Order: sequence, then C-alpha cells, then structure tokens
Amino acid sequence: MSSYFSPQNAKHRDRRAAAGASAPQELARQLAWNRREFIRSAAGVALAGSLLPSSLIARTGISIGKRKVVVITFGGGARDQETFAPEGQENIPHLMHELIPQSAFFTQVVNRGILGHYVATASLATGVYETINNFASLPPEHPTVFEYFRKDLKRPASDAWVVAPSNGFNRIGESNHRSYGPGLGARVILPKHLLSAATSGNTDYAHLLRDNYETPFYTPELGGGEFELQQMGNLLKLSVDDFKAHALTLSSPDELSVYIVRQLMRQVAPSLLWITMHDIDIAHAGAYSLYIDGIRRTDRLCADIWKTIQSEPEYAGKTTLFILPDFGRDSDDDSGGNGFQHHRTGDALSRTTWMMALGAGVREGVVFDRPLESTDLVPTLGSMLGFSTALAQGKPIPELS
Amino acid sequence: MHPSDLKPEHFNGYPPEAKKLVTDYLSSLQRLPLSFLPSLLREVIEYDFKFPAERRALQKELANLHSLSPDQARDWLQGFAEIHLSSQLEHFDWINAPAQFVEQLSSYLWTTHQLDAFRTAALAYADRLRAVTPPEKPPIPRLGITVIGQGVAAHDEPLFRRLRAHGAYFSGVKPENGLELLLTTVAARANAHSEPYAHWYIDGGQAAAHNPALTCVSYHALEPVRAALSAKIRAEIERPGMGPENLRTVLAQLRPADLGLAKSSDPVLDRFQVKMLTEGSGTQIFSTTFAQWTAREALRRAQPLTMLVRFAPRQRQKPMNEMLSASHEVAELDPLGSLIDADMGAYYNWLNLQRLSGAEQSSFLVWFEGHNEAIAIGPSLPRGTVSNSATGLEQLLTWAS
Repeated sequence: MSSYFSPQNAKHRDRRAAAGASAPQELARQLAWNRREFIRSAAGVALAGSLLPSSLIARTGISIGKRKVVVITFGGGARDQETFAPEGQENIPHLMHELIPQSAFFTQVVNRGILGHYVATASLATGVYETINNFASLPPEHPTVFEYFRKDLKRPASDAWVVAPSNGFNRIGESNHRSYGPGLGARVILPKHLLSAATSGNTDYAHLLRDNYETPFYTPELGGGEFELQQMGNLLKLSVDDFKAHALTLSSPDELSVYIVRQLMRQVAPSLLWITMHDIDIAHAGAYSLYIDGIRRTDRLCADIWKTIQSEPEYAGKTTLFILPDFGRDSDDDSGGNGFQHHRTGDALSRTTWMMALGAGVREGVVFDRPLESTDLVPTLGSMLGFSTALAQGKPIPELS
Repeated sequence: MHPSDLKPEHFNGYPPEAKKLVTDYLSSLQRLPLSFLPSLLREVIEYDFKFPAERRALQKELANLHSLSPDQARDWLQGFAEIHLSSQLEHFDWINAPAQFVEQLSSYLWTTHQLDAFRTAALAYADRLRAVTPPEKPPIPRLGITVIGQGVAAHDEPLFRRLRAHGAYFSGVKPENGLELLLTTVAARANAHSEPYAHWYIDGGQAAAHNPALTCVSYHALEPVRAALSAKIRAEIERPGMGPENLRTVLAQLRPADLGLAKSSDPVLDRFQVKMLTEGSGTQIFSTTFAQWTAREALRRAQPLTMLVRFAPRQRQKPMNEMLSASHEVAELDPLGSLIDADMGAYYNWLNLQRLSGAEQSSFLVWFEGHNEAIAIGPSLPRGTVSNSATGLEQLLTWAS
C-alpha cells in the first residue's frame, strides 16, 4: 500500500471507504436520509413531500422593513454520530426537543468549498466559495450579506453585526469588493479580543485568548474596523468592570459571545445579526470528551439565543433564526483522517451538514431532504429581507423565500 | 525544475541510504508528474529513519514504478498529470523540501478546487499499487490491547459502546495484577517472534516495568522534550512574520537533537517520537491525545504484531472563568474526561488495527484498568455477546486469539 499520502494531508483513503465513496453524492444522500429518519423518529416531525414556496409576508404579516434575521453557525464542525444519529442525540437535547419541532429542517446542506473555519464562514456570508487564506487576516473577496443588506436597503452600520470568537474573524464583516467594501459592512465584535483589552493583555490569560484550535499557539494580528473596548459603554451600555466581572462567571468563549449577543439585542437590536460559535473546534486537540462538552454547550447556547429572541420585544414574532454548521468533521472510516479530530479529508461526512430555520415565516416541524449548498443561505436571506445578492453563487431556498 | 531534469547530484543533501535509493531509481522518478513526485520524495528523504515495514513498502513501490513501461506509467499516473500547478509550486525547491512542497500543494489544491480530482487520482493509484504489491501477511496474528481508565474509581456511562457489536463484553473480569499479566503476554510474543519494532508498549503516563524487547514510548519520559518544544514554539511565535503555516514548517524541521534528545542507540525511534510531538495536534497538551495518535502512527507505519496502549489521565482543561482567575497552580488531572477520551481512543486503535493485513485473524482486548469490565474481539469470539462470569484477562486473550 502506498504510504505517502499522509493523514495530515488527507490524500489517501482506505479500500473500505473508497468502495463506499465511489459516488460522493450517493454518500451525501445517504447521510441526509439517515438524518431525516433520525429526526422524524426522535422529534416527531413530518417530511415535506414537495416544495412549498409561499410569500413570507403573507405567512407572517410582517413588512420587510421590520423583519429581523439571526444566523448562528454551529461551529466549528460536528458530526452526525455525535449529534443527530441515535447515539448522538443525547448531546443535543435542546435542538432535538425544543428547536427542531418548531423548525423547518434541511437535512442536506453541502459545502463544496475549503473546509477551514474562517474561509468557510466567509463563504457562508458571501454566498460564494471563497478561496482566501484561512489563517490570514484578509477580507472576503466577494460582497458579504451585510454589504448587500446595507447598500440595497440603505441601512445604517448599527443594523448589521457579527459576533465571532477569534481574532481571525475580524475581517468577516465586509469584503474588499470594489462595488461594496469599506463602510458598507457589518460591525464586528470579537468578545475575546475585548476581554484581552479589558484585562490589559495580562499574559496570564494567554491560554484563554489563544485564537484558533487548529493552530493553538498562534494569534494573528488584528486589522480592520473591529469593535473597540471604549465603544462598549456607549453602545452596549456595559462598563468594562461589569464585563470583566461577568466573564468571571462564564465557562467558555462561546458563552462570552452569547452574553455579548444578549447585550447587543437589548441595546442596539440590529436587524441582521450573525453569531459564530467555535467551542466545538477544541476537537482539534484530540480530546473526545472536550469535543462532546463543546457540542452540548453549543446546543444549550442555541436554545438560549432562541429564548432571547422570543423574549425581547424588538425581536419577538418578527425574527427568523437560522442555525447551521460551517461544515462537519472527518469520518472514522476514512484512514486519511483521524476521525472526529480534524476536517482535512474533504470526505462526504465533513462536507455534508444541515440547517434549521425557525421563527417568523417558517413552517414548523417539517423536514426537507433535497440537497442544498451552503452558498444558498445568502440569496435566501436576500429574498426574505428584500435585497439583491447579485454576485452570490447560490440560489434562494424556495421553502423559505 | 521539471522531474525530467533530475540528476544524481540534486540529491546530495539526502541522508546516505535515501540518496542511494533515489539514485537507483532516478530514471523512474524522471517520468513522474510534479503533482506526484514530491509526495514520494517526502517519504524517500526519511528512508534512513523509517521502520522496516515502511522501507520494504517503499522499495516495492519504487520497483513497481521502475517496472512500468512508458505507456503504463502514463496510464497509472494520468490523474496526477491532469492536476494543474502554479508556477510558484513549479519553482519551489521540492527536491530538498518535499514535505513543505506537499503542504503548499495541499493548500493549492483546496483553493483551486482540485482536491477531489487529486483524491480520485491518489485513490486509484493506491488501489492499483495494492493490487500488484499486496501488503505482507503477518507471521502470527496481530494482537492489540488497550488499557483505559487509570485513576477512575467509578463511572456512570457504559463503556465500549462502539466496540460491543464487534466482540464479547465481560463484566466479571478479575483485575488482580492485570497490567503485569498483559505486559507479560506481550513480552512473551516479543521473545517468541523477535523482529525490530514489531511489539510496542505505548503509555500515556509513566511506563510500567516492561521487557526491553518491547519498543516503548511514554508521555512521561518525553516530558523534557515537550518542555523544550514549548520553549521553541514560544520563541518562534515571537518572531516577526511568523504565521501558522510557517510555524508548522519550522516544527516539521525539528530533529531530536534540537529538542535535547541525546544521541541514543535508536535514531529511528527518536525521530518517530519527535514527530509525534511536532506533527501531532494536541499531543503536546493532552496525554490521551498523545497515546491515541502515537498508537495510530505506530500501527500505520511500523505495522506491528503486538501493541499495548495504556491511557493515563490527562490534564484538566480549565474553564474560562478559572483561567481568568489567573491561578498558578499545577494543572489538575481529569480522570473521568480521560476515560471518555480513552474509550474513543480504544475504538480508533481497533479501527487502525483492522486496516492492517491479516485483520480477520487479529485479536483485540480493551480493559478498564483495575476494574471488572473488558471487551474482547477475535475470530473465535461471538459478536455482540455479554458474559457476567468471573474471568481472568489471560483467559480472555486465549479466547480472543
């Protein structure tokens, strides 16, 4: 057997995986079918037999100008066997029993792009498979959904926000596209960066502030117009001392992000809010128990955000929530990888994920198992909120448009 | 440089045995596509430090390439020849730095959406190679043993969930002198079938007393190396322009002497151990990850006849609020989390054992150290069965074989 297609570079798979992967699309369909059956049996939802496009405004009675959208990326990467498969459902009780019954669930969202968290999130946000360096501080090359939203609808900067876990995401808010770009993007909050500033870069926190579970020793320099510490009091009505004190009660960076999200929803109430979770990516350290802890925490935090949406007057009844992973993780069967630890093989399991939509204008308790691409999200948001996404590659999802 | 321009003097920087090997097959290498050849050279340049099984496989592969007619070679490598490379890659020093070339090639394949095409080509090549140079049959059936749960008094979750369908679960195991008995068993196999690197003992903590015929790697013994590596990493990330990819390159170039490993009588094992720490993800931080990754790599590379892996408690991952409290206490251990990690690690050990030749005759045992639970898998053991009878570990090994 050839030995030099190393696992680290993910060029080689074993015979068993190869036989099963002769048609990647078939594997993806199988994954989706399994997910559909798991969800139907456990959450008691119905299978939607056909496309049911309908006007969002007719379904909600809410004018376009008053609608809000919150997007959560269920990051960074979780597999079926630890989530929606029967043996994994114990890890996502909130998704299974609280959110899915209220949601339209799409079983087969395929990411055909680069499986790195920053570049994949940028692809989700632009509707184009971006090819920027995952580890460099670079803006997306194509317009982001925030730019489309703000330019087309003439919305102020305060109406589109991103809350992201790591310094590497500081350029996610706006592209360098010549027709969009600077001044038209989202405000970006990096809660860990704020915490670093609040603690004056005390080196005792270096471990906490490590930026990226794939490259845990490296923290990139910041560049771009991220949210600064001194703006916290003005915009979020939060003092640095209160922020630090609350951080002392939280167990993870994603919990800190959700704390900031709540402040943002109460004080600024943006119409387009994007939250990137990242705790799950601790899997790169190879400790399975920590990966599972991350999934359980993310499950709980998604439910917390949904409760906040329902309880905040600015959001209740007029908000659509999207939850989707940026991608999955490697299969146990692929000898080129090391199972849950990484997302390097590009196999069907790591490329095939899911999406749930719930809230205003969404049919509850239905499962759709036709294939979608992760680039379909941006055109769908454009269709829901009434702005053009002309340069996006994906297509609006009829069931949500 | 194009492969057809290769000359013997281009390999003057290679270690002596690698240089001889590459010179012997130079005419064969000259006709290989550039998308393929550096991956092969990455293995060749390490030839002097490879395990015997790897050396034999590489020799067979080169001999096979040499035996192909020009038309056959084109046919075998057509998929690789169709990969388009950048001029930057073509001008890279892929002769002397093939591993770095492959790193950059991997990134390039992702960004140019050629990864799937490369995977298809690699898979087809590996299948053809396996057909003409089948893996060597082991002289005796292989035996894998994994010991998990050191330091855990009690636990709630059922163990071995992923393995139970493949073997027999025992809940009445006599634990007395269990580890000693298992080490005696593997030592007996090492003495009876003496071959270099054919019988391994990997310990995630401090190695127990063992027969010197075993190839032993322990996390505890590598503590000075890990400390030296951490210091190197800290120094490197302070350097201007250092990014994650550069850091990975620097780590890959570290040699045993760079990390304070004195010259030993076993440079092959020294190089292997350093690679576990410099190329593994999380192996520097968590002992459970180290044990799992080291077992995986030893199985893949050395293809041993016997492997005993003993997991030990890893350090506890501090939650964010504890990190913020800036305690300088020595890291606590997390025995329960480590048990979950090791349970998954045992499953991966079994999967990786199954990827070796003679898998249908191999035996596998997992024991919860100091307790009554074990699972045994082997050709003569019924699958998915349960036994509550009092049983010795020695008896389990006999039944599994």
